[in-house]
Amino acid sequence: MRFNFFAVGLGFVFQTAFLSIRGHALGRCPITNLFEVIIFVAWAVALFYIVVGPAYRLSLMGAFTAPLVVLLQLFALITPIDHPHHGKLPANSWLEFHASVSLVAYGAFALACIAGVMYLVQERQLKSHQLHSIFYHLPPLTDLFAAITRLLWWGFALYTLGLASGFLVGEPLPWGQIVCAVGVWILYGLILQGRYLHWFAPKRVAALCIVGFSAALTLLWGITFTAQTHAP
Amino acid sequence: MNLFCVGLSHHTANVETLERFGGNAKLDCLLRNSGCAEALLLATCNRVEVYGASESRVSTLDIARCLDRKIDGHNSPELAPFYRYEDAQCVRHLFRVACGIDSMVIGETEILGQTKKAYEVARASGAAGRYLHRLFQRAFRVAKHVRTHTDITRGAVSVGSVAVDLAQKIFGDLGNCKVLVLGAGATSEKTARALVSRGVIDVRVSNRSAERADDLARLIAARAVPFADWVAQCREIDILITSTSSEVPLVSRDQLQPRLRERIDRPLFIIDIAVPRNVAGDVNDLEGVYLYDIDSLQSIAEQSLAQRCQQIAAAEQIIAEHVAKFDESMARGLSRASQLPGHPPVDESSLRASEL
Repeated sequence: MRFNFFAVGLGFVFQTAFLSIRGHALGRCPITNLFEVIIFVAWAVALFYIVVGPAYRLSLMGAFTAPLVVLLQLFALITPIDHPHHGKLPANSWLEFHASVSLVAYGAFALACIAGVMYLVQERQLKSHQLHSIFYHLPPLTDLFAAITRLLWWGFALYTLGLASGFLVGEPLPWGQIVCAVGVWILYGLILQGRYLHWFAPKRVAALCIVGFSAALTLLWGITFTAQTHAP
Repeated sequence: MNLFCVGLSHHTANVETLERFGGNAKLDCLLRNSGCAEALLLATCNRVEVYGASESRVSTLDIARCLDRKIDGHNSPELAPFYRYEDAQCVRHLFRVACGIDSMVIGETEILGQTKKAYEVARASGAAGRYLHRLFQRAFRVAKHVRTHTDITRGAVSVGSVAVDLAQKIFGDLGNCKVLVLGAGATSEKTARALVSRGVIDVRVSNRSAERADDLARLIAARAVPFADWVAQCREIDILITSTSSEVPLVSRDQLQPRLRERIDRPLFIIDIAVPRNVAGDVNDLEGVYLYDIDSLQSIAEQSLAQRCQQIAAAEQIIAEHVAKFDESMARGLSRASQLPGHPPVDESSLRASEL
């Protein structure tokens, strides 16, 4: 458990150093292409794990968080998506705020997704009476559900802030992006609403966290891809 | 110096014999009468063992005489159930005991706490000197090593502890859980007690005979609930233990479903320890309901025990390595140890609650 925490912590230090160096070189927040965006999301996942995880007794999530961070970074490093920008990009502080806060929200949604996977694995074992080795390592169902709820709130609050700040950018944003972003916001809003109005059982909420994060990732890829395609 | 262990355990003696030799243990007698330079007594419900260090051989009979509560000065105790281990065999035996390999329930951890306590008592009274200090400190390290590097202590191996483990895997902290015991039999009492020992505070008892419900409620500091109200209680409770003698299922899917709608975000753990079963099998299909009957609990307990047994070989390997290292250090002599001013006490914090 302690090893997980320090391993993710060490990775976080290196990620922060990389983003800092890149940011200085670009003269702005380093989220200008898909490569940087993926690294930024992996950094946000690690950040949430370090800041939020121990407070909610989620340190065991490190075993699930670390592989996700590694996968995201491997994907970013292996695939040829680090297209350099020629010339200095104009900085727009609202645009940077909007993008970075939204990506940090993605970190919370990613952790909620991980907690959702853990919940479903644990629930499946308890229901089927087939207890495998992993059963003894996973946290209790109610703790996981509490964690999912809190992470959803963190993610939703940050995403709302990011979305609202997007309207202050001062530049016209593509309608398709706005509709999809609002769609993701509504999806997470419905998950939280459903959780409090007892529409969904915890198992459904856990499954919806996975669906929500998949939708959010698709949107993120779409936005970044569109931005790169239409870049001058 | 000769290290030895003389004792009896559940492997060699019945309960009567263990009681006979376990109740009269006095370390000063062992030291004074038998000629041991150092002595330590480990007495649990399943074993009575004396670990000693002496310059000359101390006979098993002398040790047995010190332990025997029936002795009248003329009769010699029956020595048949006593075993004796010397030097490396003694070291190996203690390591196996501390690791729980020699226990009735393989891998149980209570024995380590008992061993630490026995060492602490002997150390405090001055009966354990540098030889036993080295031996027991090494034994504690070996037990920790085995626990860390094998799965010999993993999983519960009795029906009651499996039920409690599962409850903890569903609810985490059991302090806020509400438990309803349906039926006032001995098995439900045991299970309820096991849950109370892990922090459950709110326990309710319901039985056809209100008098028996009251009796059980008094015994386990619970409150009795009229039998007619148990279905309504399902809205509030988190754990339901059923053990009535009903021939037909008392709890059905149709009965529970409407109650569960109001508590969709809270799981319900049902422990059905009745034979025949009190809860219909399809109740487990309801969302958020985890139903375990006596067969499934027993099956998990057996699985855990089988998994623990599979770990014995790995544990024995670790023990063998430590025995060899200990022998080497003993062969090199205790020159360094002899320079030490005394023997530090066992760290009380290391006597974990689970071991006591």
